[in-house]
Amino acid sequence: MSAITRDEVAHLARLSRLALADEELDHFAAQLDQIVGAVARVAEVATADIPPSSHALPLTNVFRPDVVAPSLTNEQALSGAPAVEDDRFRVPRILGEEA
Amino acid sequence: MSELIKKTASELGALIASGEVSAVEVAQAHLDRIAAVEDRVHAFLHVGAESALAQAAAIDARRSAGEELGPLAGVPIAHKDVFTTKDMPTTAGSKILEGWRPPYDATVTRRLREAGLVILGKTNLDEFAMGSSTENSAYGPTHNPWDLTRIPGGSSGGASASVAAYEAPLSTGTDTGGSIRQPAAVTGIVGMKPTYGGSSRYGLIAFASSLDTPGPFARNVMDAALLHEAFSGHDPMDSTSIDQPVPSVVEAARQGDVAGLTVGVVKEFGGDGYQPGVLARFQESVELLESLGAKVVEVSCPSFTYALPAYYLIAPSECSSNLARFDAMRYGLRVGDDGTRSAEEVMALTRAAGFGPEVKRRIMLGTYALSSGYYDAYYGSAQKVRTLISRDFEAAFQHVDVLISPTTPTTAFPIGERADDPMAMYLADLCTIPSNLAGNAALSVPCGLADEDGMPVGLQIMAPVLGDDRCYRVGAAVERAFESRWGGPLLSKAPAL
Repeated sequence: MSAITRDEVAHLARLSRLALADEELDHFAAQLDQIVGAVARVAEVATADIPPSSHALPLTNVFRPDVVAPSLTNEQALSGAPAVEDDRFRVPRILGEEA
Repeated sequence: MSELIKKTASELGALIASGEVSAVEVAQAHLDRIAAVEDRVHAFLHVGAESALAQAAAIDARRSAGEELGPLAGVPIAHKDVFTTKDMPTTAGSKILEGWRPPYDATVTRRLREAGLVILGKTNLDEFAMGSSTENSAYGPTHNPWDLTRIPGGSSGGASASVAAYEAPLSTGTDTGGSIRQPAAVTGIVGMKPTYGGSSRYGLIAFASSLDTPGPFARNVMDAALLHEAFSGHDPMDSTSIDQPVPSVVEAARQGDVAGLTVGVVKEFGGDGYQPGVLARFQESVELLESLGAKVVEVSCPSFTYALPAYYLIAPSECSSNLARFDAMRYGLRVGDDGTRSAEEVMALTRAAGFGPEVKRRIMLGTYALSSGYYDAYYGSAQKVRTLISRDFEAAFQHVDVLISPTTPTTAFPIGERADDPMAMYLADLCTIPSNLAGNAALSVPCGLADEDGMPVGLQIMAPVLGDDRCYRVGAAVERAFESRWGGPLLSKAPAL
């Protein structure tokens, strides 16, 4: 029995904002199933008494002094934008319907 | 072909500082070499000939004016196309960033500019540094200069190939699971993954932030150390940067001896799945270290066998989160914005069109591993394995100064062989991943050619966190002894391009 079905890949693609074609779903379902099957081994040794590590270094809450420093200009920040209007990023509609 | 391209970076730096050759001559020699071999190697995504010559001329002018220059001033370098450069495009090997010109320099880029290095261009890579062969680049594969039908390693395959093909004496790379050490090993050059946090990630396009580590490629250990020292050190722009002095790696490379050191052979790295020629060269390295006065012992790190599965949960999880920034809104590709579609639809169409298959696989794998209901079994367990691996390293380094293993289980494989078999591809990182998960330093140095295919083999030298100097000390000793046996660098055995 597969751990990852085609429907599950379609769900993952939706969550990941990837508009995948049907043939991609089939292809990825088989591959992801194989990969997940192989990596599930980690559970064999991950017992309750072991603390998890999110990071290799024991660093927490690194702050810099709260002083104003130079940053990108408006022009620089917009320099790579796909669309610009009135010195702002122009984006497709965000709400469902026009009011 | 100019003899200048065969010189080491330290030799070039000295020649330029003394005025025997100009930085412009050195830059031109490398640009000529790029023009001569690039159609076969394809190491570069962008070559900045004009800007390189202008940077070199500026160095020459500073020298003429009597300015004291650093050891690498005027020496050319190629940057992996994952470091932002404000005067060149930065693509991360992806269509989603095609033609993007970043408005700022990465810290690594900026520091090397300040040290006077001349940027030749940007090198090819697996898309967003995800891969072990450079076949995942959206701009076509790079070819191994030893055998153009084979992969140059990855993800920093353009970086390794450019140095092995004498297109550049130095290059930068990044190592998330082995992406510097594995390409160095399979192209017969030196590659170093510094201690995590020892080199800044600011301006490095993020793949897996708790693992990504910038590092140097060079044709010898000393050059790698010089480059390492030039870009390392604390950076307030990277909150995970270590605020401590950089280990004295150049001094260690100069010292280069192993007398009195204890070297541990990791028992878990060998046997099934390892190419006989790789194991033979590794065994020879062990004997060489003993003959140089090191005490060699076997060390068991049982959790290392779980490093690969843990990595392929942790890295995709972090990638799925990091790559959410490619949303088609502020920079990069935008597809399907015809006035009828919503931002979310445009986002999904853009990401489907802009990302290649491996990036999509990893984003979905990470999304799966982080999903409620699966989180504890997958991501949570992988984080516990990460703890176990750090403990194995700590226990080992109580008894040994460095650990060694083959850098990769096999030599460079033919282009196309593993392209659509992710699990086979992932095995290339078997020996390199533990040091990414634990954050410690690890170096790959050439240790000979495999008998069965004549391709280069790398020896991996692992040291504790902030023990980078030990890697260079042992690496330099191994290099010196091997080169005296071989009658020169391993790379001199590579067929002429």
